[in-house]
Amino acid sequence: MSFINYSSREINCKIVYYGPGLCGKTTNLQYIYNKTAAETKGKLISLSTETDRTLFFDFLPLSLGEIRGFKTRFHLYTVPGQVFYDASRKLILKGVDGVVFVADSQIERMEANMESLENLRINLAEQGYDLNKIPYVLQYNKRDLPNAVSMEEMRKAINARNIPEYQAVAPTGVGVFDTLKAVAKLVLTELKKGG
Amino acid sequence: MGTQLVMYEEEFTKINAVCDRLTKDANAKVVFLVDKNGQLISSAGQTQNIDTTSLASLTAGNVAAMGGLAKLIGENEFPNQFHEGAKDSLYMTIVGSRVVLVVIFDNRTSLGLVRLRIKKASDELTKIFESLVKKTDAPGAGSPFAEISDDDIDNLFSE
Ligand SMILES: Nc1nc2c(ncn2[C@@H]2O[C@H](COP(=O)(O)OP(=O)(O)O)[C@@H](O)[C@H]2O)c(=O)[nH]1
Ligand SMILES: [Mg+2]
Repeated sequence: MSFINYSSREINCKIVYYGPGLCGKTTNLQYIYNKTAAETKGKLISLSTETDRTLFFDFLPLSLGEIRGFKTRFHLYTVPGQVFYDASRKLILKGVDGVVFVADSQIERMEANMESLENLRINLAEQGYDLNKIPYVLQYNKRDLPNAVSMEEMRKAINARNIPEYQAVAPTGVGVFDTLKAVAKLVLTELKKGG
Repeated sequence: MGTQLVMYEEEFTKINAVCDRLTKDANAKVVFLVDKNGQLISSAGQTQNIDTTSLASLTAGNVAAMGGLAKLIGENEFPNQFHEGAKDSLYMTIVGSRVVLVVIFDNRTSLGLVRLRIKKASDELTKIFESLVKKTDAPGAGSPFAEISDDDIDNLFSE
């Protein structure tokens, strides 16, 4: 749930990057962090294990500028992807305003993509959200790898509803900001509707 | 799904005053008020060297994780948490089930005094948030963003 402060004229929104383990969620946030000016970002916090896998979440606060005198701030979160961290994933979805589902384009990860998407739908529903109704975009990451499946197959597997989709190579930044802008725009449009 | 948190001038002033007073009355270093979703609402005291945004997010993560643990053992939540450091300690209290009051203090005060003052501040904050929720739910409150245009949104991303 966004937080609007009339007194300090700020609006805060929460965006969650969801997807199977190792699909590139943390890499998205790292790229955004590295490419934004110091004054527009806060610290990138990673609660990770010794082997650098996300344990609880990554967190990056971003200021995007002003709309009609209101400072817009986006809080970006990633979830831990591994199946056994489901309890943590549910917690991170609390109060979410928009979701980016990051899919791993590699053929051997297609099943994991589908499972994770289903898990997202279920966990959102538990919080009273409907994936079909909230701001939501898809990112097909790892498009650079030789074992990436065709876009046609990706769509068939996880984008039956034809929601906004972006191809990405997160370590080099391809598609990273396009994805972020798309979801941020959907979130603001939802606020405009009074959501 | 909770309702959106909207803060108005009147309540914001009152909330800030409660946090300020708590800092003084408890002889605390810093006081924070954080929304359970990780947004900072108010802070008072020596906040200069603290990354308040990170603090808010990690507080919310911690409270959410402890809440999950509580449910696992059949409790609804753990309303209070105390963490003792070598120099500074931290006390967290859930207020009105939607925000978290965080007090950071050192040996210039005592846990007993801090708890006592938190209790009073927490009661006051509960009342303020109740009136805030009523205001937000009132008919005609509408979205403050109803008037923004698609161009306004596009302009954010123009650079
Ligand atoms: N080749 C390639 N590797 C990627 C891409 N995105 C992420 N990676 C790598 O995949 C691994 C897992 O990424 P990470 O962001 O930690 O995944 P997370 O579990 O979703 O947070 C890392 O070694 C990344 O460098 C991509 O688009 N292409
Ligand atoms: Mg990660």
